[in-house]
Amino acid sequence: MSRVSVKSLRKAFGPAEVLVGIDLEVDDAEILAVLGPSGCGKTTLLRIIAGFLDPDAGLVALDGATVADGHSSVPAWRRRVGYVPQEGALFPHLDVRGNILFGLPRRERTYERLAEMLRLAELPQRVASAYPRELSGGQQQRVALARALAPEPRVVLLDEPFSSLDAALRLSAGREVSSVLRSAGTTAVLVTHDQGEALSLADRVAVMDDGLIRQVDTPLQLYGAPVDQRIGRFVGDANLLTAKLEGDVARCALGPVALRAQPPSADGALVTLLVRPEQLRVTAAPECGQARVEEVVFYGPHALVRLALDDGTGLQARVKPADVPAVGDRVTVEVTGISGVFA
Amino acid sequence: MLVPLGYVVWYTWSLGPVATWELLARPRVGELVRNTAALLVGVVALSTGLGVTCAWLVERTDLPLRRVWHVLFVAPLAIPAFVNSYAWVSITHAVQGYAGAVLIVSLSYSPLVYLPAVAAMRTLDPALEEVAHSLGDDRWTVFRRVVLRGIRPAVLGGALLVGLHLLAEFGALQMLRFPTLTTGIYDQYRSAFNSPAANVLASVLVLSCLLLLLGELWVRGDAALWRVGAGSARSVDRVKLGAMRAVALAGVAGLVTLSLGVPVSSLVHWLRVGSSTAFPVDELIAATATTAGLGIGAAALTAAMALPVVWLAVRHRGGLSNVIERATFTAHALPGIVVALALISVSVRSVRPLYQTLPLLLVAYAILFLPRAVVSVRSSLEHAQPVLEDVARSLGSRPAAVLARVTIPLIRNGLGAGAALVFLAVSTELTATLLMAPIGTATLATEFWSNSSSLAYGAAAPYALLMVLVSLPATWLLSRQTRGGVLT
Repeated sequence: MSRVSVKSLRKAFGPAEVLVGIDLEVDDAEILAVLGPSGCGKTTLLRIIAGFLDPDAGLVALDGATVADGHSSVPAWRRRVGYVPQEGALFPHLDVRGNILFGLPRRERTYERLAEMLRLAELPQRVASAYPRELSGGQQQRVALARALAPEPRVVLLDEPFSSLDAALRLSAGREVSSVLRSAGTTAVLVTHDQGEALSLADRVAVMDDGLIRQVDTPLQLYGAPVDQRIGRFVGDANLLTAKLEGDVARCALGPVALRAQPPSADGALVTLLVRPEQLRVTAAPECGQARVEEVVFYGPHALVRLALDDGTGLQARVKPADVPAVGDRVTVEVTGISGVFA
Repeated sequence: MLVPLGYVVWYTWSLGPVATWELLARPRVGELVRNTAALLVGVVALSTGLGVTCAWLVERTDLPLRRVWHVLFVAPLAIPAFVNSYAWVSITHAVQGYAGAVLIVSLSYSPLVYLPAVAAMRTLDPALEEVAHSLGDDRWTVFRRVVLRGIRPAVLGGALLVGLHLLAEFGALQMLRFPTLTTGIYDQYRSAFNSPAANVLASVLVLSCLLLLLGELWVRGDAALWRVGAGSARSVDRVKLGAMRAVALAGVAGLVTLSLGVPVSSLVHWLRVGSSTAFPVDELIAATATTAGLGIGAAALTAAMALPVVWLAVRHRGGLSNVIERATFTAHALPGIVVALALISVSVRSVRPLYQTLPLLLVAYAILFLPRAVVSVRSSLEHAQPVLEDVARSLGSRPAAVLARVTIPLIRNGLGAGAALVFLAVSTELTATLLMAPIGTATLATEFWSNSSSLAYGAAAPYALLMVLVSLPATWLLSRQTRGGVLT
């Protein structure tokens, strides 16, 4: 299908600068998630790409053709950009058939096209005559996706599409939507504030904060090697440990930790290590432990254990059900890997 | 929209303070103002009392046959106040004067308080009352501290409507021989066309309406009191009336007899008497056709005017669009007689060919009833999410196609209800029609008026009946609309 490129995009509402120079490239047939806390400007970015808003400066190009440059802009109805808003926003006065075929020219609103779109969205044929209020939340979401895909857009934009669904449904709806997008081979931009959603559904994730893109990477890279502490904490639970650089190891309260890459500072400097809870190994040691178990939250497949080191540092560790300690136990803590070293 | 208001202000201004004062400082003006104020206090108090009591009985007690009573309490809306007055006056002249005017007009207007009060009680979360009970309040204290406070904005809104309707009321008060500012303006206008006295009275009337609007805003304070929640499906724990049940039943039965029984039986009586003498089928059909034609024309014009106003107010919130929307609501403060007077004077001075023409009459209707259309279109447009329009544009629809395929279908009901309300208001409109209709144009209301004011009660009855029949659907629509808490 198509590529999206955004260069030095700026947008202000009155005195409030929402976007302060966004650069973003989305490749053909890629699903890119824009992840950021609410109010970071990600919906504004999406609305500018869709053509509902005009940027103050910068450039938006679809397939190399400029559609907005701060002076002129191609109107939304000529951009061929599909849009799936929160809660689907199906037309309540039209049935599923009317919704899905809405964007097609009259002569293309055929039964075959409808059946094809229903099949693509993994919806049963009988829902064609149902009205939006008769559908479940997940079904509405898939109809909205089918409606956006029917006119064969160059890119589909999804704005927090799962935020209104309950937790259980959100997981399955997310997987279904991403599989529909992949089988349609569509380029897609998904905006979300949910880390799990972004990491599990997208090919790449762009972390956005304060009107800027901070990092664009694959989910694995983003989680395992964030470019700064803030992003590291934002994309997942994190322990921050102060350490001293000594050659190819960093010495912290839990002992020496091997560095994987070139450290950011010279030998002897103090750095901060970012350690994910699952990178800590907790072992019961009634006699010689260095930490005390403060709290245990059991989730089933794993448990989160809150620990207090003897020097007062608080830590979080993720352990297997078989290894869950009791509150008050003495334990030793070992670092099995790190997700970042920051000066 | 602002022509009538502007005209009144301009006229008074151009007259100068001395001349204005001389016109105002006459004993007759003092009497009219005193009458209007006394009537205002009496009618607002009585109709609010009746409306709230009935609402409480229907929504919060175990009164038998509550659904039937609900319909009967709303039904007086279908009988225009001047028809109700005619029904009473044709039975006994004892109702002419202050007490009679207060009673009859309050009977006609109490649904304007009853409907919003019922709607507010319905949306009031019963959990609030339960919490108050659990905190040790007895039933009466709960009613006072929770229910009354909760429905206060709605009741105030209803009382405001009663006040504004009363200030604009012409037919009923003329019939009940109780002179107020409005009937005074009419008499002045009839005796001396375009007289300064009529215009000065009109500015006093507009000022009273504006004071009423401001007073309501001030008393209401912050409107957040009345939260319309998701509408709790839970039924409330109703007050057991016990021994008071018989008293309550007798009370509501008496009320319905006065508000419905008397006018209906009087109408039936005159219909029988009248049909034995003359039943002018041709004239009835002609008047009905004229009324329907005017109503359709005004409804179409008003709905078409409401759409851009609402569009701006809802989709492009901002200084200018607020001003435009508020300006349409100044019509609330403009009784039919003022609008008619201003449009007549302006057309006579500046656009002579329009004087006493159909288009000018339609414009007057549109000014008078635009707020009704705006309210019902607005609530439906507010429910139509803007994101639906975004989606349609992203699917390749141009703005005109978005309007035709998404926006209009979404607000179809509101637009239809608004147009219907205007149609029905026009078909019982008397004051502006009397003053502005082209010579020879006879509507149901004007025919009824000319017959009943020449004491031809029997001949007036068929027109009254047709007006009541035409008003029935409006009543139904209004009783549905109060769910939104707004009634105009």
